[in-house]
Amino acid sequence: MASVSVPAERPGGLLRRPHATRGWWSWFTTVDHKKIGILYGITAFAFFLIGGSEALLIRVQLARPDQTFLEPAVYNELFTMHGITMVFLVVMPLSAAFFNYLLPLMIGARDVVFPRLNAFSYWAFLFGGLFIYSSWFLGGAPNGGWFGYAPNSVTDPTRGMTFYAIGLLITGIASTVSAVNLAVTVLNMRAPGMTLFRMPVFVWMGLVVQLLLAFSLPVITIGLVELLFDRLFGTHFFDPAVGGTPVLWQHLFWLFGHPEVYILVLPAMGIVSEILPVFARKPLFGYQFIVFSGIAIGFIGFGVWAHHMFAVGLGPVANTAFAVSTMIIAIPTGVKIFNWLGTLWNGDLRFATPMLFSIGFIAMFVIGGLSGVTHAVVPSDYQQTDTYYIVAHFHYVLFGGAIFGLFAGMYYWWPKVFGRMLNETWGKVNFWLMLIGFNLTFGPMHILGLQGMPRRIQSYPASLGLSFWNMVSSIGAFVIAISVLVFLVNAISSFRKPKQMEADPWDARTLEWATSSPPPEYNFEEIPVVHSLDDLWHRKYAEIEGGRVVPVAAGGSGETSTAGTQNTEHAGGHAIHMPSPSYFPLIAAAGFPVAGYGLIFGVPAVALGLVISLAGFFGWALEPSAE
Amino acid sequence: MVLGLVALALVAAACAPNATQSTLEPKGPYAQQSYDLFVPVFWVAAVIFIIVEGLLVLFVFRYRHRKNQTRIPPQVHGNTRLEIAWTILPTLILAGVAVPTIATIWDLAAKPTGDVLEVNVLAHQWWWEFDYPDQRILTANELHIPTGRPVYVTLCAVGFGYGTPVPSQGGPPAPSACQGPPDSPPPAAIGAAVIHSFWVPELAGTQDVVPGQTNHLTIQADEPGVYEGQCKEFCGLSHAYMRFKVVAHTPEDFDRWVAEQQAPASSAVAGPAQAGQAIFLQTCVACHAVAGLETATGQPVLANGGPNLTHLMSRGCFRGCTLAVTDGNLRRWIADPRSVEAGSFMPDYGLSSEEIDQVVAFLNTLE
Repeated sequence: MASVSVPAERPGGLLRRPHATRGWWSWFTTVDHKKIGILYGITAFAFFLIGGSEALLIRVQLARPDQTFLEPAVYNELFTMHGITMVFLVVMPLSAAFFNYLLPLMIGARDVVFPRLNAFSYWAFLFGGLFIYSSWFLGGAPNGGWFGYAPNSVTDPTRGMTFYAIGLLITGIASTVSAVNLAVTVLNMRAPGMTLFRMPVFVWMGLVVQLLLAFSLPVITIGLVELLFDRLFGTHFFDPAVGGTPVLWQHLFWLFGHPEVYILVLPAMGIVSEILPVFARKPLFGYQFIVFSGIAIGFIGFGVWAHHMFAVGLGPVANTAFAVSTMIIAIPTGVKIFNWLGTLWNGDLRFATPMLFSIGFIAMFVIGGLSGVTHAVVPSDYQQTDTYYIVAHFHYVLFGGAIFGLFAGMYYWWPKVFGRMLNETWGKVNFWLMLIGFNLTFGPMHILGLQGMPRRIQSYPASLGLSFWNMVSSIGAFVIAISVLVFLVNAISSFRKPKQMEADPWDARTLEWATSSPPPEYNFEEIPVVHSLDDLWHRKYAEIEGGRVVPVAAGGSGETSTAGTQNTEHAGGHAIHMPSPSYFPLIAAAGFPVAGYGLIFGVPAVALGLVISLAGFFGWALEPSAE
Repeated sequence: MVLGLVALALVAAACAPNATQSTLEPKGPYAQQSYDLFVPVFWVAAVIFIIVEGLLVLFVFRYRHRKNQTRIPPQVHGNTRLEIAWTILPTLILAGVAVPTIATIWDLAAKPTGDVLEVNVLAHQWWWEFDYPDQRILTANELHIPTGRPVYVTLCAVGFGYGTPVPSQGGPPAPSACQGPPDSPPPAAIGAAVIHSFWVPELAGTQDVVPGQTNHLTIQADEPGVYEGQCKEFCGLSHAYMRFKVVAHTPEDFDRWVAEQQAPASSAVAGPAQAGQAIFLQTCVACHAVAGLETATGQPVLANGGPNLTHLMSRGCFRGCTLAVTDGNLRRWIADPRSVEAGSFMPDYGLSSEEIDQVVAFLNTLE
């Protein structure tokens, strides 16, 4: 790696500005979007293993009727933490890992627009997650469901839901800051010629997701603050005895919670939209339609929240309105699926692991989408709401959809990020085990729900006739666990190979493949000039008459000296100014959990936490640029 | 392949005979309306599923890369006509689904007319109380209804607002529409007022029970029988154990049941039951009512938050309808409620095993 920061420093500021870009300590001070992306990825994957283990415990408990393996108190904590973990600490940050790493590369930028803020987002996310998890050791984990319905979340005597409110407020700060950062990056940092409609679909979906976050997180923030005030300070926002409204929480939660579903799944849609064209060797079918349907999903996503509340008693007018809006949002989703099929049509399909996961994504997401439409049929949903049918549905969307898409992305970009290929054989084993395990686990849940198994029950009597499919589902969960272990082994063993990867191993289409693998700290020696959608592809291949394609001769028009970037000692690198590392994002974020513990255990820690954060922000503001 | 199996299994499940709480076997007109929407929508979805997954599989096989193939496929960027087609077609299908959906939403929301039985359902942590205002019957865990007659259910979540959920120290009780006139005291409860959800899948869809909000639901059974029900919204520690049964009788049998329930319990008991009655009057009356019983000072024993026990022995189940009413279960329950139900609000009075036997003997007289 080139030493791109100039070590000379002016005195001044609270701390000497760090300048190491290598070594373990550099990970704590880095402001490089690629390193931060890797940090997000590793952290999210660690939480994935934890959240998955929680799911396994749940499945052991439910494998047979009338089991007492887990008592109700522990079971309620486990299903709550599984939900919180998978939504807020796995799928969101894993998507953030891809956005962080790839958005600047894909738009031909050297970094995000606010690199230190980016580091701050990561640390706030990490501390928020650790804060929530510390509750296991401090009197019990959250136990009111990830949806935290009041008044139960307030009247519960343990302090779990206080950890929930504060922890999610901290990760919410992380997500809000990161949303603003990445949205501005996409809007302002694009390379010359990279017009909005030359951006890869993944960048588009990234932009839509950041805007969804920026507009939906404030809503849950209000809800969480009210919940926290009700729990700590004796307010009565959700207490009907003195004029509060329990349903208020549900509106606030789902007005965030439904856009959140698209926050979780749009990144995977973006990933798949990048992978399919590369492995079909033809451009994405209906690029504009995929982009516009993504935007449409983002907008309509704010208008469907009460379909989570059809049984609450909002009345037939509201139920009718939200039934219709929910059906409408199925249309752009369907458009995307048809366009992906169009991309496969008449292609030259190569089934490398990223492609397998992408096709798995389409196949599973279709099921989740179709079962989603049945929820819009309100009277039918009166039966299915709060049953395992819903559990099946959203796992087909968030696991069959989001997680399959994210695994596709990991296999696809692994060589770019780490300069090593994941083993293809193990990748295929990984895929098939996961596909089979996934369908064994969640397919039967459709049946269980229709046969009358409610969600969030710690046990069920044998007389309900639910035993067989529950056992199948539990077996499937362990098949998934094995598939994840296969991935883990594959990932770790990939580091035993030497780091020697060509820039463009998949013969890809987008700009991140135009630079070396892994990219230098400054991403591109020369900022690329973009002439079209799929610019890299057009540098390699020319379309001749009749839509036929021929490779461009080496050194032909449009070819840049990408081979040169392999050599990180290239003279060009030294002249590029990159932002220096900084301690302050970490310090500023570290104050939040301290203040959070203060809210639970005593005021002095609140003051201490605020002092730490303020010191961090002051140091940050006064920090000299290291020149 | 896997998908096909899943689809097959789903169809097979529709015919599975052993599920006793199934949404797929409606036993009354209101559940039937939900089912009659689900089935056609399921088949429409199944057809779309087969078309889309079929195309996916077809493309995967048809266009797979073959060895020695060097052709780069034609670079097709899209087709506007196709885009318009696959935007309009789903819109038409969904419009077709929307019309009966909306009609049924309004149908189900309407209050039934004619000969209707009204029942107030009070949801406690973690059991169901059933109040028949016209028949002046208060019972628990088993909802008895006549067949062929709509039962208009008024749903109330009862309990205390924020604060320690114990009546002597607690916060104010949540207001409830099941309380009758506005100035009368709210129904007694011991747990916290939280959201529950009332669900008897064979008789009707779900309706949440929300503190401070009055919801209604109409259920009806066409045939006599016992229908399983369960709280569906997570409501705290023992949510999984908040079950109930709906017992549907022929109209004549229902009238007989009403007459039996309206009769007070006999206070003349003898033997161990008499000793048990004395213990009951010192401890259990804090929460449990028994009509016809009087305290030492001649006061009637009124319900005060626990299940009304006047005709306990006429019920099949207790503790959220998860335990059969047997001597053994009653003993276990009285001896240590919290070991039977996590977080139970039933206090443990530390009775000796002889005293417990006496109380159980007394309870056995409550037929």
